[in-house]
Amino acid sequence: MKTDDVISMLASGAEAIAPGAPSRRYATALGGGAFGALVLMAIMLGVRPDLAEAARLPMFWVKLAFPATLLAGALLAALRLSRPGARPGSAPAAIAAPVVAIWLLAAVALLAAAPGEREKLLFGATWASCPFNIAILSAPVFLALLWAMKGLAPTRLALAGAAAGLLSGATGAVVYTLHCPEMAAPFLGVWYLLGMLIPTALGAMLGPRVLRW
Amino acid sequence: MEKEGRVSAAENRLRDLLVRGLAGEAPAYHAFLKELSAHLRAFLRGRLTRLPDEVEDLVQETLLAIHNQRHTYDAGQPLTAWVHAIARYKLIDLLRRRAGRDALTDPLDDELAVFAASDTEAADARRDLAVLLERLPERHRLPIVHMKLEGLSVTETARVTGLSESAVKVGVHRGLKALAAMMRENDENR
Repeated sequence: MKTDDVISMLASGAEAIAPGAPSRRYATALGGGAFGALVLMAIMLGVRPDLAEAARLPMFWVKLAFPATLLAGALLAALRLSRPGARPGSAPAAIAAPVVAIWLLAAVALLAAAPGEREKLLFGATWASCPFNIAILSAPVFLALLWAMKGLAPTRLALAGAAAGLLSGATGAVVYTLHCPEMAAPFLGVWYLLGMLIPTALGAMLGPRVLRW
Repeated sequence: MEKEGRVSAAENRLRDLLVRGLAGEAPAYHAFLKELSAHLRAFLRGRLTRLPDEVEDLVQETLLAIHNQRHTYDAGQPLTAWVHAIARYKLIDLLRRRAGRDALTDPLDDELAVFAASDTEAADARRDLAVLLERLPERHRLPIVHMKLEGLSVTETARVTGLSESAVKVGVHRGLKALAAMMRENDENR
């Protein structure tokens, strides 16, 4: 087939494209995935019984804000990386800011604590299961996002996969706060972050194979 | 500078055609693809000097990619950047398949280069899209043949094939995506 014939074929009957298709695709994937994560959390782990009391403490909201702001940064990065030629803009800074903030809070908490208390602030009671649980809860969003991204056009596949992984990790972590009993910034800065980095690394590895188009 | 003036004139004209095309104006979209193909050919020919026989195949593959991914263009974004990123991605993909990035003779990072030159002289493609089309399953092939090659409407295609109208639309969409995947795989097995 000659190139002119290919062009005629592509142009013939080409229908209007509804604007905003990429954002809608992301909204579907994130919404469906987050619902899946909530169901998974309710079945597998259960909501913490003292959630109502915990919600009165400022630290509970800090704990929620950390993955929630990371989620916003990762969403920005993933949307940009799904469009050919879009600049990263403020996405790297939006991802770095919550991490730096929680590390500063952690440093302050560790410095203020008595030496004997520090280990407890860092490891809490659930350090061994926390990253693993966050990674599991990220799975529904992870799969949904790979689907969403595959329908768009990422050109830097490892980076795009990593952004999808981080976005799913952050969503998993937001959902996990409803179960998690820990309330210390040093704990969040290490184990929450580690939990979100598991799907991030997985996404970077899978991206070049799964996202090709 | 003269080059920049030429590029921004092409950028404005092509963007206008694409935006109208995305709104459903088929003639504008045809003109967009036609003019774009000349830019792509010049761009790819200059960067595939060691694989000159691959140029027309890659022009067709990139055009199909641009068509399939056209919903990712944001009208607020420079068209040059969008087209360049797609052409570059397809070019690197080809070179990876050939395991020879050394075939590249010009730097790839200059976005403006994509509209800087134009080449309307198409060589023959080595890979025949019509042959690949034959290998698609009926539910994808028939909607493409009737709608995209014979120019029937969705309703007419649905009547001729016995498919529902939404199945016709999905068939065209999925079929063109499958065609793009076949272009890649066909190449890997060659």
